[in-house]
Amino acid sequence: MSAAPDLEADVLARLHPFRQPHLLGVDGLTPPDVEALLDLAEALIPLSRRPAKRLDLLTGRTVVNLFFENSTRTQASFELAARRLGADVLNLSPRTSSMSKGETLIDTAKSLNAMRPDILVLRHGASGAAHLLARHTEAAVVNAGDGAREHPTQALLDALALRRAFGRLAGLTVAVCGDVLHSRVARSNTALLSLMSAHVRLCGPPTLLPTGVDRWGAEVFTDLDAAIAGADAVMMLRLQTERMDGAYVPSPREYARFWGLTRERLARAAPGAKVLHPGPMNRRVEITGELADDPTVSLIAEQVEMGVAVRMAVLASLSARREAG
Amino acid sequence: MNPLLIRNARLLDPEGGYDGPGAVRVRDGFVFEVLRSAQADSAGAEEVVDARGAALAPGLIDLRARGTPDGVSRLAAAAGVSTAVLASDPSAPADGPARVAALAAPGRAGARILPAAAATQAMEGERLAEIGLLHEAGAVLVSDGDRAIGDSRVLRRVLRYAAGFGVPVAHRPVDVHLSRGAVAAEGEFAARLGLSGVPDVAERIGLERDVAIAEGTGAPLHLDGLSTAVGVAALAAAKARGAPVTGAVAIAHLCFNEVDMGGLDTRFRLDPPLRPESDRRALLDALADGTVDVVVSGHLAVPPERKHVPYAEADPGGATLHAFLAALLTLHHAEGLPLLDLLRAVTLHPARLLGLPSGRLQPGAPADLVLFDPDAPVVMDTLGSPFDGRRLQGRVLSTWVGGRRVYEAARSPAR
Repeated sequence: MSAAPDLEADVLARLHPFRQPHLLGVDGLTPPDVEALLDLAEALIPLSRRPAKRLDLLTGRTVVNLFFENSTRTQASFELAARRLGADVLNLSPRTSSMSKGETLIDTAKSLNAMRPDILVLRHGASGAAHLLARHTEAAVVNAGDGAREHPTQALLDALALRRAFGRLAGLTVAVCGDVLHSRVARSNTALLSLMSAHVRLCGPPTLLPTGVDRWGAEVFTDLDAAIAGADAVMMLRLQTERMDGAYVPSPREYARFWGLTRERLARAAPGAKVLHPGPMNRRVEITGELADDPTVSLIAEQVEMGVAVRMAVLASLSARREAG
Repeated sequence: MNPLLIRNARLLDPEGGYDGPGAVRVRDGFVFEVLRSAQADSAGAEEVVDARGAALAPGLIDLRARGTPDGVSRLAAAAGVSTAVLASDPSAPADGPARVAALAAPGRAGARILPAAAATQAMEGERLAEIGLLHEAGAVLVSDGDRAIGDSRVLRRVLRYAAGFGVPVAHRPVDVHLSRGAVAAEGEFAARLGLSGVPDVAERIGLERDVAIAEGTGAPLHLDGLSTAVGVAALAAAKARGAPVTGAVAIAHLCFNEVDMGGLDTRFRLDPPLRPESDRRALLDALADGTVDVVVSGHLAVPPERKHVPYAEADPGGATLHAFLAALLTLHHAEGLPLLDLLRAVTLHPARLLGLPSGRLQPGAPADLVLFDPDAPVVMDTLGSPFDGRRLQGRVLSTWVGGRRVYEAARSPAR
């Protein structure tokens, strides 16, 4: 199966070896790195929109999805990205297999390494897991979320969705609202958007704002209306239900009242403002379903589509680096 | 509302520090003019009150009284209190917006009632209450009352969360483990009576922790229910280094010591328990030097059947609101505490803590006023109260709330 020559040529023209052996976080990326990944991802978008969704950039390569935390959406996105580029994909969920019984992450890394995969995609509940894995394997490691630390492909796909909606990232004001404390999405997005010269605002209940957040280079708010005022985009974070029962936030209704995004609140944002959410959503808590489903303001479906494109770009660039030597 | 003039008064202005002849003109429920001269032109005033030299001060603000809103409102008015903060009752916690809104409903017969809401759900000290919604419903303060929040993580989150809404938090500083099951102050006296006691360091340990959390978060904290010398010493040290904390003591702890409950009189079973005279003296000193900012009535009328039991089984609490101003004035006469200093602790300071415009004698402030005879002798006669039978000095003559007279004493020779 061969791609249409224009798409293939376009992709090949934009495919550059990644500057680093792994993608562990936004930390360490430069603006040109980000632009290159986003440009390549943009060129790959048409691949997923045509009937034959296949471009043989990774034929014969092995991609292992190692998901210690359940994430159907992210795992599916990585799997589709790898398969559409022709790679062989192995999905492992150590939590439900016999593999993790008594085995440390290093043991897992060593045994996987012996199977000679090319790329390991890791989702893990502990911050620093991706770095540890990278030190014990020869494969390229893609961090698909480690604890509350980083989720770089999410930040890249959000950046791509924003760049396509506004034609630029520099100068945009993006309000990131919700559970900043536990959110790797907030951390990666703050780093990436700041790197690309966007203005980041972080907003949440005081109990969900980390200590020292005022030194992240973002403006910090506890008042959602103030955070939204004049913003070009509002990114709502997911609040896990077990955190809404008095531990960090008194109740879902109080959270919705003060930190839930509604159409009335969004009216304070800049004209044409867009809404993002990394999913899965708690409708009627952090965002009204009506707003999330409105295609004129919501980029949520676009984010999911961009996820596959960005992950294809990341896999292809990492593979290109391995093979460039 | 009709224009009102109160003249020929001894004006006590706790903010301006004025104690001298004066008059106050009231329009539309607010203070319109404050004159530092006893005589004032009655033109334009439909109602003129001749104070006959009695003291006129801002109505008292009681930061902690427990009971029904109507009951507390009436009692408070008779005690010269124009605003009472109704403490959340652990048996029916004010931890839902509907309940707080009902308590906050205006139009009480006597003093204004402002509800305090629970800081944690069911006042159990484990999960945050809906502080934002409770504040919107009218809660002016959040507190778990006499119950200390033992889990430092919870208290820290309460402080941070409430600070985001600008809601003051009050907390009882005491170590929950050291105070568990205690009914008296640990010491020789309690030991002789065979009562389990709480050591004074329990308050210091609790207070030091609470202050550390407030300092660490930068969020303000009001420490309510101080009762020990070591506690106020720790508070003084914290304030000296700039910690964002304030302190309150209940009137009973300024007036009584553990000897008052000598015959195992359950009227003096209070929480925190009464302590030796040295602690009471330390509390008076702390009030005098400003370490203690606020005095509260701490009113809690315990039903007789919960007091007519052995001391160790009696419910803690006492009816104190009716005696609030008279007891304060008695402290002025008996202990030499300056009158304006005492008044600040029950007007200006609680007003500042809650961000209220009252507690002051100045144009534009609500016409919440009290007229009293600071010298008249009175004998308290409220059965079951720790003040019952006490001879105090000071009598409330009239109380106004928003320019409306909500209490007027029966005529007597003292008037």
